[in-house]
Amino acid sequence: MSTITSGISQAIHLIVTLNPDVMQIAALSLYVSLIATILAACMSIPLGAFIHFHDFAGKRVLIVLIQTLYSVPTVVVGLVIYLLISRSGPLGFFGLLWTPEGMILGQTVLIVPITTGLVISALGSIDKNISDTLVSLGATGFQKVVQIIKEARYAILSTVVLAFGRAISEVGVAMMIGGNILGQTRVLTTTIALQTGLGDFGFSIALGIILLVISLIVVVIMNLITAGLSFDSQWVLGGPRS
Amino acid sequence: MIRISGLFRRAGTRNILDAIDLEIRPGEIFTLIGPSGSGKTSLLRIIDLLDNPTAGKIFFDGTDTAATNQIRLSIRRRMAMVFQKPSVLNTTVAGNVAFGLKFRGVEKIEIGTRVREALDIVGLSHLSDRRAVTLSGGEMQRVAIARALVTRPELLILDEPTANLDPVNTEMIENLIRRIHQHFHTTIILSTHDMIQGQRLADRIAVIMGGRIVQVGSIQDIFYHPQNKDIARFVGIDTIVKGIVESNDGGHAKISVGTAVFEVITSSKPGTPVSLFIRPEEVTLAVKDGDLPKTSVRNQLAGTIIKMVPFGPFIRVTIDFGFPLTSLVTRRSSDELSLGVGMAVIAGVKATAIHVIPDSE
Repeated sequence: MSTITSGISQAIHLIVTLNPDVMQIAALSLYVSLIATILAACMSIPLGAFIHFHDFAGKRVLIVLIQTLYSVPTVVVGLVIYLLISRSGPLGFFGLLWTPEGMILGQTVLIVPITTGLVISALGSIDKNISDTLVSLGATGFQKVVQIIKEARYAILSTVVLAFGRAISEVGVAMMIGGNILGQTRVLTTTIALQTGLGDFGFSIALGIILLVISLIVVVIMNLITAGLSFDSQWVLGGPRS
Repeated sequence: MIRISGLFRRAGTRNILDAIDLEIRPGEIFTLIGPSGSGKTSLLRIIDLLDNPTAGKIFFDGTDTAATNQIRLSIRRRMAMVFQKPSVLNTTVAGNVAFGLKFRGVEKIEIGTRVREALDIVGLSHLSDRRAVTLSGGEMQRVAIARALVTRPELLILDEPTANLDPVNTEMIENLIRRIHQHFHTTIILSTHDMIQGQRLADRIAVIMGGRIVQVGSIQDIFYHPQNKDIARFVGIDTIVKGIVESNDGGHAKISVGTAVFEVITSSKPGTPVSLFIRPEEVTLAVKDGDLPKTSVRNQLAGTIIKMVPFGPFIRVTIDFGFPLTSLVTRRSSDELSLGVGMAVIAGVKATAIHVIPDSE
């Protein structure tokens, strides 16, 4: 019990004093996962749109495959990326192993299936009538696709937020690709794993709290987005109007 | 404006549209009426170039629409369609109306002016900044009409525009359609399953049943001279009876139906089996009271009321003369005559109100 209470008080001290080590680790976590999320979104929106708007053989199979990858273990992604970018691997010459860029690559690969899959279902949830309406109004194929993506913006946005949550909370890729090198690739999750092993509970708890706060922020953003949606539906149902 | 020839659309082995030939003239309101599922929407979607026919051709102002996507787009941009279920995009009302112009690359300032104009016509200027998804069904349909109108289409296609609306909104939309037609002289194709609406709005009517165009003509043609029984029933003719032409004196014929004899105007020759179509609102009722009244009504039949069914402000009265005949009377006249089941009445039908076709069966 005393380990926990002293750990918590140490954690509060570390956070309140803006301990440079803690801040640096938190900043790197945010940097890696944010960039990975942005990259994943940039790939998934066009990719998801392409899959949604085209009919081709094996489309169903492809979507099932993408959905399967939602729950791919992070260590499996870590392993695959490790094999690809290690010195002897096919992408070894980029020297990405043990770098934040390598971690970004790993986390991007980890979350692209989620963002792509959910972008596909977000676009699929847009009423077919909307598509007909746009075509009838004289939209070109491209104008129609852009407009439908815009129409699905809330659902796509919450997908992106969800993907960010998965990226920042994962430990497998960060550990196997980054290597938890102090000052270089050490992020929140890997530090917690390491420091707990070393018995340095205060530091772990401090980082755990920060991670939770980040999760909280993610959830609040998600709620704001969905609240925006339900506010509209309230209006539709004759609820409060401005 | 639009010429359709030999048009088919198949789904599997079923013909959704079956050998459609139609011509829609510039500036007219052309109404497509038919029961639900008869192919109205399918046909309108093909005309708007949203779907492709399985076979057959459509010409828009003489241009074959089976062309490159580029040509189809440019033709599509000369038309506009309002769908049965209004769908708006999740943006403001003005934003919704602006789409067609944005797609056509119209300049921002002009978009603003024209959107305001269109919203003014449909009476929604005050809701211009509201989120469109918060509107009522009737308002959404008006947004859809404004959105179609703003591109100044040469052809406006309206697919059952009032099917989901209450009577007040329906009337508003109908008036709007009439105003648009007067103002812009837009050619309008409208579909409806409501034959009364067809009557109110149309210059010409096509009846579509089971994917086939079964009759095309004026309101007069369709409602008073339906070409077969199915059409007759659909346009509200309750009484369809079979008879034989007894004599014909220069178009003035006597036709026996059971024991009754009707005087009608027809060219059918004596001895021909025929069907008589009698619209219920053409049948007047009187209470039997001494001698028959002297009127211009040629056919006066005595019978007994066997059924009375309320029908809005009217009552549908079925009278038995050996065959059933339906009359539509107002509640007021029903009360004045104190009509009731079992009562003996005199039904009157003018000779000119009976439509005769040679019996096909």
